Amino acid sequence: MNTDDMTQILAGAFPDEPGDLRRLRERLARAAQRDGILDVAYRTVDSPVGSLLLAATEAGLVRVAYASEGHDTVLQALADRISPRVLNAPARLDEPARELDEYFGGHRRSFDLPLDWRLSAGFRHAVLSHLTEIGYGRTASYAAVAGLAGNPKAVRAAATACATNPLPVVIPCHRVIYSDGRIGRYLGGPEAKRTLLTLEEAAR
Amino acid sequence: MTGKQPFEAVVTEHGGTVLRVCRAILGPADADDAWSETFLAAMRAYPDLPAGANVEAWLVTIAHRKAIDVTRAAARRAVPVAQTPDDTAAGPADSPGDGLDDDLADAVTRLPAKQKQAVAYHYLAGLPYADIAVIVGGSADAVRRAAADGIATLRRTYLDAAGAASGTGAASRSERRDT
Repeated sequence: MNTDDMTQILAGAFPDEPGDLRRLRERLARAAQRDGILDVAYRTVDSPVGSLLLAATEAGLVRVAYASEGHDTVLQALADRISPRVLNAPARLDEPARELDEYFGGHRRSFDLPLDWRLSAGFRHAVLSHLTEIGYGRTASYAAVAGLAGNPKAVRAAATACATNPLPVVIPCHRVIYSDGRIGRYLGGPEAKRTLLTLEEAAR
Repeated sequence: MTGKQPFEAVVTEHGGTVLRVCRAILGPADADDAWSETFLAAMRAYPDLPAGANVEAWLVTIAHRKAIDVTRAAARRAVPVAQTPDDTAAGPADSPGDGLDDDLADAVTRLPAKQKQAVAYHYLAGLPYADIAVIVGGSADAVRRAAADGIATLRRTYLDAAGAASGTGAASRSERRDT
Protein backbone atom coordinates (compact mmCIF):
# COMPACT_ATOMS: atom_id res chain seq x y z
CA MET A 1 0.00 0.00 0.00
CA ASN A 2 1.58 3.30 -1.05
CA THR A 3 1.22 6.84 0.26
CA ASP A 4 -1.47 7.83 -2.24
CA ASP A 5 -3.63 4.87 -1.20
CA MET A 6 -3.21 5.81 2.43
CA THR A 7 -4.09 9.44 1.69
CA GLN A 8 -7.28 8.33 -0.06
CA ILE A 9 -8.29 5.87 2.63
CA LEU A 10 -7.74 8.43 5.40
CA ALA A 11 -9.52 11.20 3.50
CA GLY A 12 -12.43 8.78 3.09
CA ALA A 13 -12.55 8.29 6.84
CA PHE A 14 -13.13 12.04 7.28
CA PRO A 15 -15.58 12.84 4.48
CA ASP A 16 -16.61 16.39 3.51
CA GLU A 17 -19.77 17.44 5.28
CA PRO A 18 -21.09 20.47 3.35
CA GLY A 19 -23.87 21.09 5.89
CA ASP A 20 -21.40 21.15 8.78
CA LEU A 21 -19.10 23.55 6.94
CA ARG A 22 -21.99 25.88 6.08
CA ARG A 23 -23.01 25.98 9.75
CA LEU A 24 -19.41 26.61 10.84
CA ARG A 25 -19.03 29.44 8.32
CA GLU A 26 -22.20 31.11 9.61
CA ARG A 27 -20.84 30.77 13.13
CA LEU A 28 -17.53 32.33 12.01
CA ALA A 29 -19.35 35.30 10.45
CA ARG A 30 -21.28 35.92 13.70
CA ALA A 31 -18.12 35.63 15.82
CA ALA A 32 -16.15 37.95 13.50
CA GLN A 33 -18.94 40.54 13.67
CA ARG A 34 -19.07 40.22 17.47
CA ASP A 35 -15.29 40.64 17.76
CA GLY A 36 -15.18 43.65 15.43
CA ILE A 37 -12.92 42.00 12.84
CA LEU A 38 -15.49 41.71 10.03
CA ASP A 39 -14.06 44.62 8.03
CA VAL A 40 -16.11 43.90 4.90
CA ALA A 41 -19.33 41.86 4.88
CA TYR A 42 -20.99 40.98 1.60
CA ARG A 43 -23.86 39.11 0.01
CA THR A 44 -25.51 38.96 -3.39
CA VAL A 45 -29.14 39.71 -4.24
CA ASP A 46 -31.13 38.92 -7.37
CA SER A 47 -32.67 41.87 -9.19
CA PRO A 48 -34.23 42.81 -12.54
CA VAL A 49 -30.74 44.03 -13.56
CA GLY A 50 -29.06 40.76 -12.63
CA SER A 51 -27.19 39.60 -9.56
CA LEU A 52 -25.96 42.51 -7.44
CA LEU A 53 -23.10 42.27 -4.98
CA LEU A 54 -23.65 44.32 -1.82
CA ALA A 55 -20.72 45.03 0.50
CA ALA A 56 -20.68 46.95 3.77
CA THR A 57 -18.09 48.04 6.32
CA GLU A 58 -18.97 48.81 9.93
CA ALA A 59 -19.66 52.37 8.70
CA GLY A 60 -22.20 51.43 6.06
CA LEU A 61 -22.82 50.27 2.52
CA VAL A 62 -19.53 50.68 0.65
CA ARG A 63 -20.09 48.95 -2.71
CA VAL A 64 -22.86 47.80 -5.02
CA ALA A 65 -21.57 45.86 -8.02
CA TYR A 66 -23.09 44.48 -11.17
CA ALA A 67 -22.33 40.95 -12.33
CA SER A 68 -20.70 42.46 -15.43
CA GLU A 69 -18.01 43.96 -13.21
CA GLY A 70 -17.08 40.44 -12.03
CA HIS A 71 -18.02 39.92 -8.39
CA ASP A 72 -14.75 38.12 -7.64
CA THR A 73 -12.80 41.01 -9.14
CA VAL A 74 -14.76 43.47 -7.03
CA LEU A 75 -14.20 41.44 -3.85
CA GLN A 76 -10.46 41.33 -4.57
CA ALA A 77 -10.48 45.11 -5.07
CA LEU A 78 -12.26 45.53 -1.72
CA ALA A 79 -9.65 43.29 -0.08
CA ASP A 80 -6.87 45.40 -1.61
CA ARG A 81 -8.35 48.81 -0.88
CA ILE A 82 -10.14 48.30 2.46
CA SER A 83 -9.08 45.06 4.17
CA PRO A 84 -8.64 41.38 3.28
CA ARG A 85 -10.93 40.50 6.20
CA VAL A 86 -13.85 39.97 3.83
CA LEU A 87 -16.59 37.42 4.53
CA ASN A 88 -19.86 36.39 2.97
CA ALA A 89 -21.96 37.56 5.93
CA PRO A 90 -25.49 38.45 4.86
CA ALA A 91 -26.78 39.82 8.19
CA ARG A 92 -25.10 43.23 7.80
CA LEU A 93 -26.72 43.60 4.38
CA ASP A 94 -30.27 42.80 5.47
CA GLU A 95 -31.47 46.41 5.40
CA PRO A 96 -29.83 47.35 2.07
CA ALA A 97 -31.23 44.15 0.54
CA ARG A 98 -34.71 44.97 1.83
CA GLU A 99 -34.64 48.55 0.51
CA LEU A 100 -33.35 47.43 -2.90
CA ASP A 101 -36.12 44.84 -3.06
CA GLU A 102 -38.69 47.59 -2.37
CA TYR A 103 -37.04 49.84 -4.98
CA PHE A 104 -37.15 47.17 -7.68
CA GLY A 105 -40.77 46.47 -6.73
CA GLY A 106 -41.60 50.14 -7.41
CA HIS A 107 -42.40 50.79 -3.75
CA ARG A 108 -39.37 52.88 -2.79
CA ARG A 109 -38.18 56.16 -4.29
CA SER A 110 -35.10 56.90 -2.20
CA PHE A 111 -32.73 54.95 0.01
CA ASP A 112 -32.31 55.53 3.70
CA LEU A 113 -29.05 53.72 4.44
CA PRO A 114 -25.76 54.54 6.15
CA LEU A 115 -23.17 54.85 3.37
CA ASP A 116 -19.40 54.46 3.53
CA TRP A 117 -17.99 56.83 0.89
CA ARG A 118 -14.35 55.77 1.24
CA LEU A 119 -14.11 54.45 -2.34
CA SER A 120 -14.91 57.88 -3.76
CA ALA A 121 -12.93 61.08 -3.28
CA GLY A 122 -12.46 64.64 -4.58
CA PHE A 123 -14.55 65.95 -7.45
CA ARG A 124 -15.97 62.48 -8.16
CA HIS A 125 -17.33 62.36 -4.65
CA ALA A 126 -18.71 65.88 -5.02
CA VAL A 127 -20.55 64.80 -8.17
CA LEU A 128 -21.95 61.60 -6.68
CA SER A 129 -23.07 63.25 -3.45
CA HIS A 130 -25.35 65.55 -5.50
CA LEU A 131 -27.00 62.83 -7.57
CA THR A 132 -29.78 62.15 -5.06
CA GLU A 133 -30.99 65.68 -5.86
CA ILE A 134 -32.19 64.33 -9.20
CA GLY A 135 -35.66 63.14 -8.29
CA TYR A 136 -36.99 59.63 -8.80
CA GLY A 137 -38.07 59.10 -12.40
CA ARG A 138 -36.29 62.21 -13.65
CA THR A 139 -33.01 62.64 -15.53
CA ALA A 140 -30.30 65.28 -15.69
CA SER A 141 -27.46 65.95 -18.12
CA TYR A 142 -23.79 65.45 -17.32
CA ALA A 143 -23.36 69.22 -17.73
CA ALA A 144 -26.10 69.91 -15.18
CA VAL A 145 -24.53 67.46 -12.75
CA ALA A 146 -21.11 69.10 -13.20
CA GLY A 147 -22.81 72.38 -12.31
CA LEU A 148 -24.42 70.86 -9.20
CA ALA A 149 -20.94 69.81 -8.08
CA GLY A 150 -19.69 73.38 -8.50
CA ASN A 151 -17.82 73.16 -11.81
CA PRO A 152 -20.17 73.41 -14.84
CA LYS A 153 -17.25 73.02 -17.28
CA ALA A 154 -16.12 69.65 -15.88
CA VAL A 155 -18.55 67.63 -17.99
CA ARG A 156 -16.09 64.82 -18.77
CA ALA A 157 -15.06 64.55 -15.13
CA ALA A 158 -18.72 64.36 -14.16
CA ALA A 159 -19.24 61.56 -16.68
CA THR A 160 -16.22 59.70 -15.25
CA ALA A 161 -17.57 60.13 -11.72
CA CYS A 162 -20.86 58.55 -12.79
CA ALA A 163 -19.12 55.73 -14.64
CA THR A 164 -17.07 54.84 -11.53
CA ASN A 165 -19.86 55.18 -8.98
CA PRO A 166 -19.12 52.61 -6.24
CA LEU A 167 -22.79 52.63 -5.17
CA PRO A 168 -24.87 52.29 -8.36
CA VAL A 169 -28.68 52.11 -8.02
CA VAL A 170 -28.48 53.50 -4.46
CA ILE A 171 -26.68 56.62 -5.75
CA PRO A 172 -28.69 57.18 -8.92
CA CYS A 173 -26.04 57.74 -11.58
CA HIS A 174 -28.47 56.00 -13.95
CA ARG A 175 -30.47 59.27 -13.96
CA VAL A 176 -27.63 61.13 -15.66
CA ILE A 177 -27.76 61.08 -19.48
CA TYR A 178 -26.41 63.17 -22.38
CA SER A 179 -28.23 66.43 -23.08
CA ASP A 180 -29.05 65.14 -26.60
CA GLY A 181 -30.92 62.22 -25.05
CA ARG A 182 -28.27 59.51 -25.57
CA ILE A 183 -28.21 57.25 -22.57
CA GLY A 184 -24.45 57.26 -21.97
CA ARG A 185 -22.10 54.90 -20.22
CA TYR A 186 -23.15 52.77 -17.28
CA LEU A 187 -21.33 50.32 -15.01
CA GLY A 188 -24.01 47.69 -15.47
CA GLY A 189 -24.27 48.28 -19.23
CA PRO A 190 -26.76 50.51 -21.13
CA GLU A 191 -29.47 47.85 -20.90
CA ALA A 192 -29.44 47.97 -17.09
CA LYS A 193 -29.56 51.78 -17.19
CA ARG A 194 -32.60 51.67 -19.49
CA THR A 195 -34.29 49.09 -17.22
CA LEU A 196 -33.89 51.34 -14.18
CA LEU A 197 -35.16 54.44 -16.01
CA THR A 198 -38.14 52.50 -17.36
CA LEU A 199 -38.91 51.11 -13.90
CA GLU A 200 -38.89 54.60 -12.38
CA GLU A 201 -40.93 56.06 -15.23
CA ALA A 202 -43.59 53.38 -14.77
CA ALA A 203 -43.78 53.70 -10.98
CA ARG A 204 -43.82 57.49 -10.91
CA MET B 1 -2.23 45.75 -7.64
CA THR B 2 -3.61 42.45 -6.42
CA GLY B 3 -2.73 41.56 -2.86
CA LYS B 4 -4.04 39.02 -0.42
CA GLN B 5 -7.21 37.25 -1.45
CA PRO B 6 -10.43 37.92 0.50
CA PHE B 7 -10.58 35.80 3.67
CA GLU B 8 -13.79 34.21 2.36
CA ALA B 9 -11.67 32.54 -0.34
CA VAL B 10 -9.29 31.20 2.33
CA VAL B 11 -12.25 29.62 4.15
CA THR B 12 -13.57 28.14 0.91
CA GLU B 13 -10.21 26.72 -0.07
CA HIS B 14 -9.05 25.35 3.29
CA GLY B 15 -12.15 25.03 5.50
CA GLY B 16 -12.75 21.38 4.63
CA THR B 17 -9.15 20.31 5.17
CA VAL B 18 -8.90 22.09 8.52
CA LEU B 19 -12.15 20.44 9.65
CA ARG B 20 -10.77 16.99 8.72
CA VAL B 21 -7.60 17.74 10.67
CA CYS B 22 -9.58 18.93 13.71
CA ARG B 23 -11.73 15.80 13.58
CA ALA B 24 -8.68 13.55 13.34
CA ILE B 25 -6.95 15.21 16.27
CA LEU B 26 -9.92 15.77 18.59
CA GLY B 27 -12.76 13.56 17.40
CA PRO B 28 -16.12 14.89 16.18
CA ALA B 29 -17.34 16.35 19.49
CA ASP B 30 -14.64 19.00 19.93
CA ALA B 31 -13.71 19.52 16.26
CA ASP B 32 -16.28 22.26 15.62
CA ASP B 33 -14.97 24.41 18.46
CA ALA B 34 -11.38 23.97 17.31
CA TRP B 35 -12.33 24.84 13.71
CA SER B 36 -14.18 27.97 14.84
CA GLU B 37 -11.35 29.12 17.10
CA THR B 38 -8.82 28.45 14.34
CA PHE B 39 -10.56 30.49 11.66
CA LEU B 40 -11.47 33.32 14.04
CA ALA B 41 -7.82 33.62 15.14
CA ALA B 42 -6.65 33.31 11.53
CA MET B 43 -9.04 36.05 10.38
CA ARG B 44 -7.82 38.31 13.18
CA ALA B 45 -4.17 37.83 12.15
CA TYR B 46 -4.77 37.63 8.38
CA PRO B 47 -3.85 41.25 7.50
CA ASP B 48 -0.40 40.68 9.05
CA LEU B 49 0.27 37.37 7.29
CA PRO B 50 3.23 37.94 4.92
CA ALA B 51 2.27 37.91 1.25
CA GLY B 52 3.19 34.59 -0.35
CA ALA B 53 3.03 32.69 2.95
CA ASN B 54 1.92 29.05 2.85
CA VAL B 55 -1.68 29.56 3.98
CA GLU B 56 -2.42 25.87 4.57
CA ALA B 57 0.65 25.38 6.80
CA TRP B 58 -0.25 28.60 8.64
CA LEU B 59 -3.82 27.38 9.27
CA VAL B 60 -2.64 23.95 10.43
CA THR B 61 -0.21 25.67 12.81
CA ILE B 62 -3.09 27.64 14.35
CA ALA B 63 -5.33 24.55 14.42
CA HIS B 64 -2.54 22.60 16.15
CA ARG B 65 -2.40 25.19 18.97
CA LYS B 66 -6.18 25.46 19.22
CA ALA B 67 -6.51 21.68 19.44
CA ILE B 68 -4.05 21.71 22.36
CA ASP B 69 -6.15 24.44 24.04
CA VAL B 70 -9.36 22.47 23.49
CA THR B 71 -7.77 19.27 24.83
CA ARG B 72 -6.52 21.06 27.95
CA ALA B 73 -9.90 22.72 28.54
CA ALA B 74 -11.61 19.33 28.18
CA ALA B 75 -9.15 17.79 30.65
CA ARG B 76 -9.91 20.55 33.18
CA ARG B 77 -13.65 20.00 32.76
CA ALA B 78 -13.39 16.23 32.99
CA VAL B 79 -14.54 14.61 36.22
CA PRO B 80 -12.47 11.54 37.01
CA VAL B 81 -14.61 8.48 36.48
CA ALA B 82 -13.53 4.89 36.91
CA GLN B 83 -13.59 3.46 33.41
CA THR B 84 -13.94 -0.28 33.10
CA PRO B 85 -12.74 -2.24 30.10
CA ASP B 86 -16.42 -2.86 29.31
CA ASP B 87 -17.02 0.89 28.85
CA THR B 88 -14.18 1.12 26.38
CA ALA B 89 -15.38 -1.88 24.47
CA ALA B 90 -18.89 -0.42 24.26
CA GLY B 91 -17.64 2.69 22.41
CA PRO B 92 -17.66 1.72 18.73
CA ALA B 93 -20.97 -0.12 19.14
CA ASP B 94 -22.65 3.27 19.75
CA SER B 95 -22.75 3.92 16.00
CA PRO B 96 -23.53 0.53 14.48
CA GLY B 97 -24.86 1.74 11.11
CA ASP B 98 -21.98 4.03 10.26
CA GLY B 99 -19.72 1.41 8.77
CA LEU B 100 -16.01 0.92 8.93
CA ASP B 101 -14.89 4.42 8.02
CA ASP B 102 -16.07 5.75 11.36
CA ASP B 103 -13.94 3.12 13.03
CA LEU B 104 -10.90 4.27 11.09
CA ALA B 105 -11.62 7.87 12.10
CA ASP B 106 -11.83 6.71 15.72
CA ALA B 107 -8.64 4.71 15.33
CA VAL B 108 -6.80 7.83 14.09
CA THR B 109 -8.11 9.92 16.99
CA ARG B 110 -6.96 7.23 19.46
CA LEU B 111 -3.35 7.26 18.20
CA PRO B 112 -0.70 8.77 20.52
CA ALA B 113 -0.53 12.55 20.04
CA LYS B 114 2.73 12.74 18.04
CA GLN B 115 1.67 9.94 15.67
CA LYS B 116 -1.81 11.38 15.23
CA GLN B 117 -0.43 14.84 14.45
CA ALA B 118 2.09 13.46 11.97
CA VAL B 119 -0.57 11.35 10.24
CA ALA B 120 -3.20 14.13 10.14
CA TYR B 121 -0.91 16.93 9.01
CA HIS B 122 0.84 14.80 6.40
CA TYR B 123 -1.95 12.62 5.00
CA LEU B 124 -4.98 14.87 5.53
CA ALA B 125 -3.44 18.35 5.15
CA GLY B 126 -0.73 17.26 2.71
CA LEU B 127 2.11 19.04 4.51
CA PRO B 128 5.71 17.85 4.01
CA TYR B 129 7.40 16.31 7.09
CA ALA B 130 9.80 19.29 7.34
CA ASP B 131 6.85 21.73 7.67
CA ILE B 132 5.20 19.49 10.25
CA ALA B 133 8.43 19.39 12.27
CA VAL B 134 8.30 23.19 12.53
CA ILE B 135 4.72 22.99 13.83
CA VAL B 136 5.09 20.13 16.34
CA GLY B 137 8.79 20.50 17.21
CA GLY B 138 11.56 17.96 16.68
CA SER B 139 13.12 16.83 13.43
CA ALA B 140 11.58 15.95 10.08
CA ASP B 141 12.91 12.40 10.53
CA ALA B 142 11.18 12.08 13.90
CA VAL B 143 7.91 13.23 12.30
CA ARG B 144 8.39 10.75 9.45
CA ARG B 145 8.91 7.93 11.96
CA ALA B 146 5.88 9.01 14.00
CA ALA B 147 3.75 9.01 10.85
CA ALA B 148 5.07 5.55 9.87
CA ASP B 149 4.36 4.20 13.38
CA GLY B 150 0.87 5.68 13.27
CA ILE B 151 0.12 4.20 9.86
CA ALA B 152 1.46 0.81 11.03
CA THR B 153 -0.90 0.91 14.01
CA LEU B 154 -3.84 1.86 11.78
CA ARG B 155 -3.03 -1.02 9.43
CA ARG B 156 -2.81 -3.45 12.32
CA THR B 157 -5.88 -2.32 14.24
CA TYR B 158 -8.21 -1.15 11.54
CA LEU B 159 -7.33 -2.20 8.02
CA ASP B 160 -6.43 -5.81 8.84
CA ALA B 161 -9.43 -6.11 11.11
CA ALA B 162 -11.61 -4.82 8.28
CA GLY B 163 -10.07 -7.37 5.95
CA ALA B 164 -10.75 -10.11 8.47
CA ALA B 165 -14.32 -8.92 8.97
CA SER B 166 -15.02 -8.97 5.24
CA GLY B 167 -14.12 -12.67 5.16
CA THR B 168 -10.61 -12.61 3.74
CA GLY B 169 -9.42 -13.94 7.06
CA ALA B 170 -6.09 -14.49 8.68
CA ALA B 171 -4.30 -15.44 5.47
CA SER B 172 -4.76 -12.01 3.99
CA ARG B 173 -3.76 -10.47 7.29
CA SER B 174 -0.38 -12.13 7.18
CA GLU B 175 0.02 -11.26 3.49
CA ARG B 176 -0.51 -7.60 4.27
CA ARG B 177 2.13 -7.72 6.96
CA ASP B 178 4.59 -8.94 4.40
CA THR B 179 4.06 -5.99 2.07
